[in-house]
Amino acid sequence: MSIFRLLAGLALAWCLALGPAVATAQVQDDTAQTLLQRLAEANNAEKSKVLKQIAESGDERARSWLEAFAGGKLATVKSSGYVVLVTNNTGRNWQVASAVTGDSMGEMSRRDLDSIRVNNALRSQVEGILSVVDLTVADHRTRRAAARHLLGRVDAVTAPLIEERLEVEENDRVRDLLANALAIHQLEQGEINAIEQLSGSLNSRVRAALNNAASSDDPAIAAAAEKALASIEQKLKLNKAAETLYFGLSLGSVLVLAAIGLAITFGVMGVINMAHGELIMLGAYTTWGMQQLFPGQPGLALILSIPAGFMVAALAGIIIERSVIQHLKGRPLETLLATFGISLILQQLVRTVISPLNRTVVTPEWMSGSIMINEALSLTLNRLYVIGFALVVFAGLMLIMRRTRLGLEVRAVTQNRAMARSMGIKATKVDIMTFALGSGVAGLAGVALSQITNVGPNLGQNYIIDSFMVVVFGGVGNLWGTLVAGLTLGTINQILEPWAGAVLAKIMVLVLIILFIQKRPRGLFPQKGRAAEG
Amino acid sequence: MASSQTWLLRPLQERSTQLFLGVLFGALIVVTFLHLFMPQDSALHVSAYTVTLLGKYLCYALLAVAVDLVWGYLGILSLGHGAFFALGGYAMGMYLMRQIGDRGVYGDPVLPDFMVFLNWDTLPWYWQGFDMAWFAFIMVLLAPGLLALVFGFLAFRSRVTGVYLSIITQALTFALMLAFFRNEMGFGGNNGLTDFRDILGFNLRSDATRLGLFIATGIALAIGYVICRGIVTSKLGRVSVACRDAEARTRFLGYRVERVQLFVFVVSAMLAGVAGALYVPQVGIINPSEFSPLFSIEIVVWVALGGRATLYGAVIGAILVNYAKTVFTGVMPDAWLFALGALFVLVTVFLPKGIAGLLQKRRKAKDDDTATGQEATA
Amino acid sequence: MSIKKHVKMGLSALALSVSFHAMAAEDPIKVGILHSLSGTMAISETALKDTMLMLIEKQNAEGGVLGRKLEPVVVDPASNWPLFAERARELLEKEKVDVIFGNWTSVSRKSVLPVVEELNGLLFYPVQYEGEESSENVFYTGAAPNQQAIPAVDYLKNELGVERWVLAGTDYVYPRTTNRILETYLKDQGVADADIMINYTPFGHSDWQSIVSDIKSFGSAGKKTAVVSTINGDANVPFYRELGNQGVSASDIPVVAFSVGEQELSGIDTAPLVGHLAAWNYFMSVDNDANYDFIDAWVEFKGDEKAVTNDPMEAHYIGFNMYVEAVKKAGTTDVDAIKDAIIGVAVPNLTGGIATMMPNHHITKPVLIGEIQDNGQFSVVWETASTVAGDAWSDFLPGSKDLISDWRAPLRCGNFNVVTGKCGGSAEVASN
Repeated sequence: MSIFRLLAGLALAWCLALGPAVATAQVQDDTAQTLLQRLAEANNAEKSKVLKQIAESGDERARSWLEAFAGGKLATVKSSGYVVLVTNNTGRNWQVASAVTGDSMGEMSRRDLDSIRVNNALRSQVEGILSVVDLTVADHRTRRAAARHLLGRVDAVTAPLIEERLEVEENDRVRDLLANALAIHQLEQGEINAIEQLSGSLNSRVRAALNNAASSDDPAIAAAAEKALASIEQKLKLNKAAETLYFGLSLGSVLVLAAIGLAITFGVMGVINMAHGELIMLGAYTTWGMQQLFPGQPGLALILSIPAGFMVAALAGIIIERSVIQHLKGRPLETLLATFGISLILQQLVRTVISPLNRTVVTPEWMSGSIMINEALSLTLNRLYVIGFALVVFAGLMLIMRRTRLGLEVRAVTQNRAMARSMGIKATKVDIMTFALGSGVAGLAGVALSQITNVGPNLGQNYIIDSFMVVVFGGVGNLWGTLVAGLTLGTINQILEPWAGAVLAKIMVLVLIILFIQKRPRGLFPQKGRAAEG
Repeated sequence: MASSQTWLLRPLQERSTQLFLGVLFGALIVVTFLHLFMPQDSALHVSAYTVTLLGKYLCYALLAVAVDLVWGYLGILSLGHGAFFALGGYAMGMYLMRQIGDRGVYGDPVLPDFMVFLNWDTLPWYWQGFDMAWFAFIMVLLAPGLLALVFGFLAFRSRVTGVYLSIITQALTFALMLAFFRNEMGFGGNNGLTDFRDILGFNLRSDATRLGLFIATGIALAIGYVICRGIVTSKLGRVSVACRDAEARTRFLGYRVERVQLFVFVVSAMLAGVAGALYVPQVGIINPSEFSPLFSIEIVVWVALGGRATLYGAVIGAILVNYAKTVFTGVMPDAWLFALGALFVLVTVFLPKGIAGLLQKRRKAKDDDTATGQEATA
Repeated sequence: MSIKKHVKMGLSALALSVSFHAMAAEDPIKVGILHSLSGTMAISETALKDTMLMLIEKQNAEGGVLGRKLEPVVVDPASNWPLFAERARELLEKEKVDVIFGNWTSVSRKSVLPVVEELNGLLFYPVQYEGEESSENVFYTGAAPNQQAIPAVDYLKNELGVERWVLAGTDYVYPRTTNRILETYLKDQGVADADIMINYTPFGHSDWQSIVSDIKSFGSAGKKTAVVSTINGDANVPFYRELGNQGVSASDIPVVAFSVGEQELSGIDTAPLVGHLAAWNYFMSVDNDANYDFIDAWVEFKGDEKAVTNDPMEAHYIGFNMYVEAVKKAGTTDVDAIKDAIIGVAVPNLTGGIATMMPNHHITKPVLIGEIQDNGQFSVVWETASTVAGDAWSDFLPGSKDLISDWRAPLRCGNFNVVTGKCGGSAEVASN
């Protein structure tokens, strides 16, 4: 009962602390130091108790202490035992501040500090304490997250508090979550009626609770839980299918992005650019570079990387075109070899100049996490953005090819170079522009990929074969073909994967393409007419 | 019978072939002599290490000859010849694994070590027979040959050519690499096959066996070279060059282009398989990385550097590039990929006929009327 | 003939002793370093080459060993497995090195093994591996499965109450073997078949959506679930990203990884990963003066304030010091003498304990469990009370549970079968 009071008191304290300048309970500095020092010295079981005491103290600094503790940012000075907050823990010297007063204490060597150990269980406990507190804040999203966190974590102590909250909570979704959290607790106590509340939910913790109940000793509860589970399973199946489709589209859009630049250089110009993967890599490294230029603003850096990545890759493309490809006009196989050499050089260049290690590219806040469609189906945000980005890039390219002078000239040169030249089109200029466009799009793909996978020297290699497959499968010279092929291959892969395994799925897709090419050598959407005979 | 004899004997009357064979056998004899009869501390002594290294180069040379046969004379740029090489290597590796017998770490008389610790209880069916040398040696030819036959039949029948063919050969070797990486396949996964003990009863860890393998590789290269010369100087060879230069016209003239392509492709795959089979006992391991697309494309560059459609150029290219690789990765490892990359670019842009082209040009300048070079275009 | 032979032997012995005396003072001890400096493995192995160079430099500054300087011989096997064997032969036959420190991947070790055995060399292998091997010529300073995987699983079971297990790995021999061992171990502990999910993915796998989704639904069966990850290198970044984005937090489904160390984390934004675990025998964050000295020396050597240290580097540190001690103890660099002398050699490790070379050529190591922090480091949450001796042959595999390894006289056998009493493995395996 005392803990209930402490939590309620704690909640009250923070509730007040949120309001403007209200005096709150504050323990003496030396008491605080003793409390924290006990936290430092205790073993895990003891620590749990000390954490409760800290919460109970109602001190306004308690939240920062708890958060710092959960983040592994509390330490003691070895010589004095004084507890400090670590404000920057990178490198050999850490910046510290007094935990009690909050005053900065400058840098201290890692040697002189003793980190206070935290583990998952303790962190979970802190999160639990903070969740209960968060239930009272004004922002309903925070409340919802807190309520979700409490699912399956309600115990006899917190249950009454949640009942209390449930009565005053206005937001429906938060109410629903809280009710579920309570119901799980009640079900654990053996109350069969709780199942009714739970039976509609798709949440995985609810399912976990029902699964537990289904193996209960009480046959009535077990039967009821089974029934609830069966209805949930039904709903889940549909969601699962939708999820697979989403995964497929997302993988497909990655393939489309990686391949669409190639569709232009290979499909339209007939140039086999084996360095395409490395142009993608350059785009990804540009993102990393921009994030280094704008530290602390990953979102801004990412947005700026879109034009920057395009420019960098396009420039590299122009250099490649001028220095090598133009000398190999009409010799596609030689072009293939030469550009492969370029890809080796670019890879090694990145290794030598930047680093052989992968680079950290931060995902901005607004791209992390997922949108929850319902409790069982949530769409990961980074991939959602990539799908959108792929479609925008595709639409942009279609516009350029169909509606601009450049597009017209490109199509003319592709169809009949000599004729186009005699009509006054500068074929060389068109070549450069087309290659720059294709390369730039590869750079865009790199910017997008930096949000999904490793940014390292091997990035390009991993996508080059897939990209070629997509272009060939879709039909060379046809942007629509690339789109359809990419999305199709992505979806097939994701459908196969659950039952064949990732490796076999990939092999099966490759074999499928090889067989398909034998059947239809010109792909899904073959180019018609003379251009096709090139 | 008589025709087949002339088919194979004709190259032996060519001056270029005689020269090639002379140089090759001369080198074999010199290396053998220096290895066996020079004292260990002499500067002229060729160590077992060097002999094995040279043996490896010769395997690569045979592989390059196989690639040159299809690329130089048939116009098919195969980016998947590493797959045939590796299949030949795996066939040999399986034989060598079975030869270990109960000397493996677990002492199982039948199952290779990797199967024991992954808890396989019986030998998979496709491992049967590999304890017999004759069967394994047939499989060295048959496994790559069959793959080439099926793949080539499908591809040539539907007239998949040019860059499309290149790309799907690359996909083929990539798919095979992924497949062989899988442990369920029963080929040892990423670790591949290793820890070989003996071959045909000879201890693989003795210098004499190494020398024997080196000589065998030299002879295989000679035979492979003569077979290829035989093919390219025969009528079939002339038709295949016609396919390379003008496929449609050759077809209109009534030749079954796809049959010619298929035949040459299969022969080339088998040669690659033999090269792989000789490679494995000398380097002591076969693993799926031999299937990597990078390796296959590297082979093509050896040929390009040496000079397409000359065969001996392929040999020169393979040995030069690999020697450079040995030296470079020893001295300045970072520079190797730069050098290799630059080689790709420079050779294709500035030296389209390779080193052999340079040699031919010099010879042409010297005495104009004897030149009968095969010019490779397209 | 026999006279001739005797004369020859005598002469060579004389020559040997003469040359030995002549070179003892000035001839350096040659240390071969066989780590990939180019290709895919360069990421991991370059740091190990530098570690060796640093250790050798330091030893030379202290006067070398037995009055002889140490001379590093660096070669680059370029992440190419056959090339590893070739380079090893070059080191032993051409360069005549006294010892080799090298290799990272299992396949490269397997490739080098026959060469080192044939030419009677010494190889120190610093990476955690799948076990099932004990060569007279190889010293395994990395962890065997019982020094990493099994304690980690014990931690999850006992401290976190995990009852349901996802064993996810890259499809190669280390994860395969480790997972087989863990599977047997868990089943011995009464875990049901239905509570174990095994998943393999190819190298560099980048699309983890459906696997993470499967893990999520596997984890919603009502029992505490954990992922034991033997996912290798590059595939980890997209894996952890996907975990974070699909909302799988460490408090729901913790992931304990065996192949993710400080170096791998340096390429990941670790903020969403806080709380996920790794099991190693060393962490850079270990609070110990020897470790801080090592880090200081490393940062100075690399000239990079952000340079990180990791577990295989510590293994080289231990292996190198053991070799130096063994040379001192034997008074020579003769390979056979070292092989005898090194067993039982004990040197301090970087975590405040002592590493001892066991008769099976594995060493004793503490096992540490660390949680990922937002600064790319691990904080140690648990460690074994004492060091654990490496077990070459797992007790949890049917083929190897009867095998032991002891390279001391009189046994001198790497795979002695205690049931049949024979050296050379077991013959009863096929029955299973």
